[in-house]
Amino acid sequence: MVEMAYWEAIRRAHDEELANDPMVIAMGEDIGVVGGTYKATSGLYQKYGEKRIIDTPISENSYTGIGIGASMAGMRPIIEIMSINFALLALDTLINAAAKIRYMSGGRVSCPIVMRTPGGTAHQLAAQHSARLARMFMSTSGLRVVTPRGPMEACGMLKSAVRCNDPVIFIEHERMYNMREEVPETEYFRPLEGAEVVRKGSDITLIGYNWSFVLCMKAADMLTRDGISAEVVDLRSLKPLDRETIRRSVEKTHRVLVAEEDEAAVGVGAEIISVIIEDCFFALDAQPVRIHAADVPVPYAANLEHAAIPDEHDVYKGALKVLGRI
Amino acid sequence: MKAADQKRLLREMIFFRRFEERCFEAYMEHKIGGFLHLYSGQEAVATGVLEMMQRGQDYVITGYRDHIHAIKAGAPAREVMAELYGKETGSSRGRGGSMHIFDPTVHFMGGYALVGQPFPLAAGLALACKHKGAGQIAVCFLGDGANNQGTFHETMNMASVWQLPVLFVCENNQYAIGTRIERSTAVVDQYKRVCGYNIPSSQHDGQDIDTVMDAAKKAVEHVRSGKGPYFIEFLTYRQRGHSMSDKTAAYRSKEEEAEWARRDPIRLYSEKLIKAGVISEADIKAMEQQIFDEIENDVVKFAEESPTPKVEDLNKYVLDDSPDPRWIGPLQNS
Repeated sequence: MVEMAYWEAIRRAHDEELANDPMVIAMGEDIGVVGGTYKATSGLYQKYGEKRIIDTPISENSYTGIGIGASMAGMRPIIEIMSINFALLALDTLINAAAKIRYMSGGRVSCPIVMRTPGGTAHQLAAQHSARLARMFMSTSGLRVVTPRGPMEACGMLKSAVRCNDPVIFIEHERMYNMREEVPETEYFRPLEGAEVVRKGSDITLIGYNWSFVLCMKAADMLTRDGISAEVVDLRSLKPLDRETIRRSVEKTHRVLVAEEDEAAVGVGAEIISVIIEDCFFALDAQPVRIHAADVPVPYAANLEHAAIPDEHDVYKGALKVLGRI
Repeated sequence: MKAADQKRLLREMIFFRRFEERCFEAYMEHKIGGFLHLYSGQEAVATGVLEMMQRGQDYVITGYRDHIHAIKAGAPAREVMAELYGKETGSSRGRGGSMHIFDPTVHFMGGYALVGQPFPLAAGLALACKHKGAGQIAVCFLGDGANNQGTFHETMNMASVWQLPVLFVCENNQYAIGTRIERSTAVVDQYKRVCGYNIPSSQHDGQDIDTVMDAAKKAVEHVRSGKGPYFIEFLTYRQRGHSMSDKTAAYRSKEEEAEWARRDPIRLYSEKLIKAGVISEADIKAMEQQIFDEIENDVVKFAEESPTPKVEDLNKYVLDDSPDPRWIGPLQNS
């Protein structure tokens, strides 16, 4: 095993997949000569050249479309969108084209692209650099949406995403790029589908994905000090959703909390709790709780930003509420 | 050009016209649903340009007025008609309809309903062509209205910077649905709009197929020789409305329509070939009858008799239906 930061894991996945298949290319703003805003493609331009590591102009919708067009002719582009906020500019080619081309061609044309983008709040980036938007992609037929929780998953899932024949939205997080973890030294893959019970427990199920999963793990530690055994589930894939793993955990603990960093309305928590109600309503011993952001554009001032976005204390308090302790 | 080829081209254009007019009839009979955009009047452009391409090798992409581009690119006409009928045997298995004809076996990569969306997709196909280095190119057909989308400017810029082997064909029929070009567009001559991206361009009559072929030949040679993109504009006219619901009388005059009818591409080419002694009026009449019969007895019959898609297949084709478990899973939870 070797310890690696999240950004290094992303970089390694690029490197291995570029070496493995000449049809793999990477494209995005400042990913080449500069090496990427978060260093996730550093050194690859020098290694693979400008034909395969493509610095694009600031034209998110059309460079995404160019990646999609290339994928229709057999290439496997990894498209970086510098911030998920900018992905809004690319929604036409992504949602109207990539997500629909397989279906509307009767399965005759596929679009094997990966769109990598960091979603989430970091440190006082204000409203236009703090969007999360996972819920929007999660509600779009024809896409896969994955949210790797750490370096191990990031490398293994990105490699799988490149090889998969569907368009994959690969949501990273600005606060997670320096997170470190041990990963195998030899090549490995992590599957795109399936939620994972990362921490076993018996009193309550805490469900999260990328950053909100990290908050759930911290809250589970805090609950341990109160003698509460929390099970923590990482959704991993928001689309397709692993309903079976969610159901099994809730049938075991009978109590559930869903944490997300986004606003609540029509969101990940809303979807997961609906699924639980449909699949195992009678297993619930208490009302489910959602932990989520305030219904505001993300503010700049540090104290306001902190108030707008959930942290591990919010998850902890939410769990106590589910358990009837507060 | 040999007389046999000239006759073939005339026959193709007459076939395309009859195909579209037969679609009109089927739409009126409620056999075809959704939106239907007919190509009548513009046949010389798709026919002439695609005549200059490597069929089945080069990539072709266009907007929603796509039936004829698909057929000329090599998609079987009966499968295009079956698609319009919403049948399982259709080009897109009945999942796409009129605006979304696909036939990747001949590299026809689709019709798209979002105006201007094919610009970047075409550039992406061209990027793949360049990457593979096998001498293929991509051609993108769109109307004048599409040039007011951001994708036009973004894509022209990237296609030029990266010297992509893509031919942009602007079919300037002068109306964005019902808005005349002067009312929506600051520069009416569309070929001038790409000079800001350093892309060579030219403007030609789109009603005379010989003019179209001459111009397209030079443009294709430019693109195929590795000199980067080319933008070619053809002045043309759609004889019917934008789709089936608009009344052309609201936005264009009878005089204008009559003027363009005089310059109907099939009429122009027929007259030219008769004058040159390649074909007689009687030959053309016989050809029309033969085409009429072929469309009824083969194309429409196939569409009528084909099965509809099975409802139990509703969820097919959303994602890869037989994915590799190494990449997809399932994940083993202990």
